[in-house]
Amino acid sequence: MTKKDQSPDAPVPKRRATAESMASRQREISVSEFFTKNRHLLGFDNPAKALLTTVKEAVDNSLDACEEAGILPELLVEIVEVAPAPSPNQPSRFRVVVEDNGPGIVKPQIPKIFAKLLYGSKFHRLKQSRGQQGIGISAAGLYGQLTTGKPVVITSKTGKGRPAFRIDLRIDTKRNQPDVVKDETTDWSDRDHGTRVEIELVAAYRGGRTGVQEYLEQTVVANPHLGLTYVSPKGERLEFPRVSGELPREAQEIKPHPHGIELGMLQTMLADSPGKTVKQVLCDDFSRVSPAIAQQVCQMAKVNPRAPADRLHGEELERLHKALGEVRVMAPPATAVVPIGEALLIEGLKRRFPKAEFYSSTTRAPKVYRGNPFVVEAALAYGGDLPLEEPAEIMRFANRVPLQYQPKACAISESVYEVNWRGYELQQPKGGLPVAPMAVVVHLASVWVPFTSEAKEAVAHYDELLEEMKHALRECGRKLAAHVRSRAHADRELKRRSLFEKYIPEVAAAIGDILGISKEKIEKPFYETLPVFVKFADEEGHAKEAPKEGTRANGGGGESAEIKEDGEAPGPVPGTPAPPVAKGKRKDRNKGKQLSLLE
Amino acid sequence: MATKTAAKRKSERDAVTLGKIQKLAKGVLTEATKGHNPAVEIRTRALSNVSFNERKKIIELGDKTQSREFFNTSMVRKFMQTMLVASKCKTLIDEGKTVSIRQMYYMSKHTLPHSSDNTFEDQTESDPIIEDLEVGIDALREELHLFATRRGSCVGKLVIEDAGDRIDLSRMGRGGWSIPSICEPDVIKFTECKAEFILFVEKDAVFTRLNEDGFWKKHNCILMTTGGQSTRGARRLLQRMSQELKLQSYVLVDNDPWGLYIYSVLKQGSINLAYESMRMAVPNVRFLGMSSYDYAKFKLGPAVQIKLKKEDVARAEQMKAYPWFKDKKWQQEIQELLRNGFKMELDGFLTKSISFITDEYIPKKLRDRDWLT
Repeated sequence: MTKKDQSPDAPVPKRRATAESMASRQREISVSEFFTKNRHLLGFDNPAKALLTTVKEAVDNSLDACEEAGILPELLVEIVEVAPAPSPNQPSRFRVVVEDNGPGIVKPQIPKIFAKLLYGSKFHRLKQSRGQQGIGISAAGLYGQLTTGKPVVITSKTGKGRPAFRIDLRIDTKRNQPDVVKDETTDWSDRDHGTRVEIELVAAYRGGRTGVQEYLEQTVVANPHLGLTYVSPKGERLEFPRVSGELPREAQEIKPHPHGIELGMLQTMLADSPGKTVKQVLCDDFSRVSPAIAQQVCQMAKVNPRAPADRLHGEELERLHKALGEVRVMAPPATAVVPIGEALLIEGLKRRFPKAEFYSSTTRAPKVYRGNPFVVEAALAYGGDLPLEEPAEIMRFANRVPLQYQPKACAISESVYEVNWRGYELQQPKGGLPVAPMAVVVHLASVWVPFTSEAKEAVAHYDELLEEMKHALRECGRKLAAHVRSRAHADRELKRRSLFEKYIPEVAAAIGDILGISKEKIEKPFYETLPVFVKFADEEGHAKEAPKEGTRANGGGGESAEIKEDGEAPGPVPGTPAPPVAKGKRKDRNKGKQLSLLE
Repeated sequence: MATKTAAKRKSERDAVTLGKIQKLAKGVLTEATKGHNPAVEIRTRALSNVSFNERKKIIELGDKTQSREFFNTSMVRKFMQTMLVASKCKTLIDEGKTVSIRQMYYMSKHTLPHSSDNTFEDQTESDPIIEDLEVGIDALREELHLFATRRGSCVGKLVIEDAGDRIDLSRMGRGGWSIPSICEPDVIKFTECKAEFILFVEKDAVFTRLNEDGFWKKHNCILMTTGGQSTRGARRLLQRMSQELKLQSYVLVDNDPWGLYIYSVLKQGSINLAYESMRMAVPNVRFLGMSSYDYAKFKLGPAVQIKLKKEDVARAEQMKAYPWFKDKKWQQEIQELLRNGFKMELDGFLTKSISFITDEYIPKKLRDRDWLT
């Protein structure tokens, strides 16, 4: 603003505060205080969602802890309505209990883990895990504290014969510090080791797509090695015994890859390495960077490789960052990502849809986006008791965690929409989901999952991710199409067969009358000839086809699995006549020999 | 099953037919036993498979055949029906009985086990199967002991023997002798003939008119009608009379495409029964009327005009294309019908007087040799 703009008559505004007086009001905002005002950022926007987020954060932590310790997880999730809602449709008070058989937590760590925001083991490393920021469980506790005033109760035991501690915690929201309200030793003989989290909160219990039960059922799909007991607020007890005794391979922690590093992160890494040269930092702290590559990067960036790392700044830093992004370098090691695997994906899917008619799954080969390795997997269950005329159900997973909110904003949903399912014998309205008795699973496993927000509700649209998802879905689709076609073929054959079988007795009786032979004697050759003209199917209607080598219609990338409900390998079945001749000869066979009656 | 005594009584002709039916059954059984698809070859009864034999002047069935297979979803039902009808015909031959094609429909109709379907749902399903069987095993309908619904009357100066009964066709009263559906020489014999020609009229009412007027007495002829499209029995009878008694036959039909077609069927046979033309066609039959030119010739008034309908025009155009109407005179006749834009009925002569057709029209046409062949 210049003086020219002001009318000469305008009164000069009165100064309201001085820099000094303003400084007196400026102070640090604690993370806890920030959360209190911005709870929606972490998934506590409404009472129903708060309940889900609380359960989810606790379960994610339990699973991560069990897997890291090498323990097959056995979880109990219990939701108890403590006080009924004052009137229907109003939130009421619940106690969420999540108990695991994990390694337990050493006593001094308990308060920090559960009652200090942004404290955790997962933020500072690049390793595939469910939780990422170390904010979730303490945020849940804080939410409980804010809505009910009740402390978080943690019980933990680290081994057989050791004491169990029961600690009541509050968060000092101003200082973001844990406040131990009560600390006692208890007898927890149920488990040799494990952790039990109890949070009381004001919440609402909902069913459906975004409900707690849906979350648990989907978690069970993506974690075949998980044994889960769920006690709902109505007192129903659901048991999901584990279907795999195999723990997922431990994900390797990796260093940042040059292609994915952000400028600020690079700056921090360099600044944190006093006494090291730029080249040394590049070699030591990045994955896939050899001394030769480091030399090349420095050359490209016109930076002295022997310059002290903590002195690099300004344009030099930016040039180094640019060079890191451009240098040709190997992809990060794929050992950092752990997919569920094709066979286990199907096992998992069967936990939710045990009566589907067909399952298929695909695990793609590892790929990279922005220096982060990732693996996409897809699986589908088809037919059986799945609803016929409804849009297919999509289950989205990121590092085995179900994503229930914001399907429209998620790259996973988009990948399902973008695949042309009509090519795979399914109906699909334009721009819509396939309408079929089908459930689709897409799992993205990555060291760093790009969520659209900190609430971790939807996967961001990276082209590399979207392409891989579509590839995985198409592979599953191709296998499904082969099944649907062979099923349709089997149905047609069954119809043909019953038609012929309907008329054989009639024809036999007529011929028998003419030739004075018993009807049965004439029926016999007809029934014996029937298999030559009809592909026989078993009772369940699956075509018994000639064996096919390997996987069929399998596109590039990854192994494929395909399992039919009866688990029967496709192939000739004993007791049926010789497999029909090759397709090309079908016409001739069908025509058969004609009988001329006009000689 | 036939008893031995019944078998002995079978005529030689029946034995031949039985052999054909048995050969059909054995062939089917053999093919099935070999693991082949049992099939019956049936000559196609459609315009695409008939030709006009210029020398014999009859419509003949071509050699194109259709294979009716058992192991073929679109054919299996008809295959079953063919076998069923064959077996029932065998029973008829065994028992020495003859039934109508409607009765055959009932004989072979039953409900399929574990189903609400019948072997035949209605007679329109069984009639073509009977014709298929006729061409399939090369047997005549009467040889299969079947007959079609009887239609047609005959009077005139002829004495015949029908199944041993002597019948004087000049003493048949007003109704005339009812023409049986089977008129083969073994049942119908011509004993005494004083007639000089045969007059075939399309309509029963015209037949009655001529009969009442004593036309056949005055002109020494035989008078026949079938009331519309001719039946097999009447056609066979007409052929036998014209061949065996060496009588010229004349046809009197309405002046419309359907009338022309009735004449055409009598003369050279029909498409559907082309395989029977040899036994039924009367190639020298003369078309006496009613011609499109008769309107002017007999000074008929607008009262007799019936406007041609769209389908009449279409049918006339279709007939113009038939090879057996390619003769110039016929092309002119059909062209004249189209140019008139109207059709006429024989009954239209009553606009002149009740017996105009008997007393004036037919005698003049015969006298003037005003006919087409």
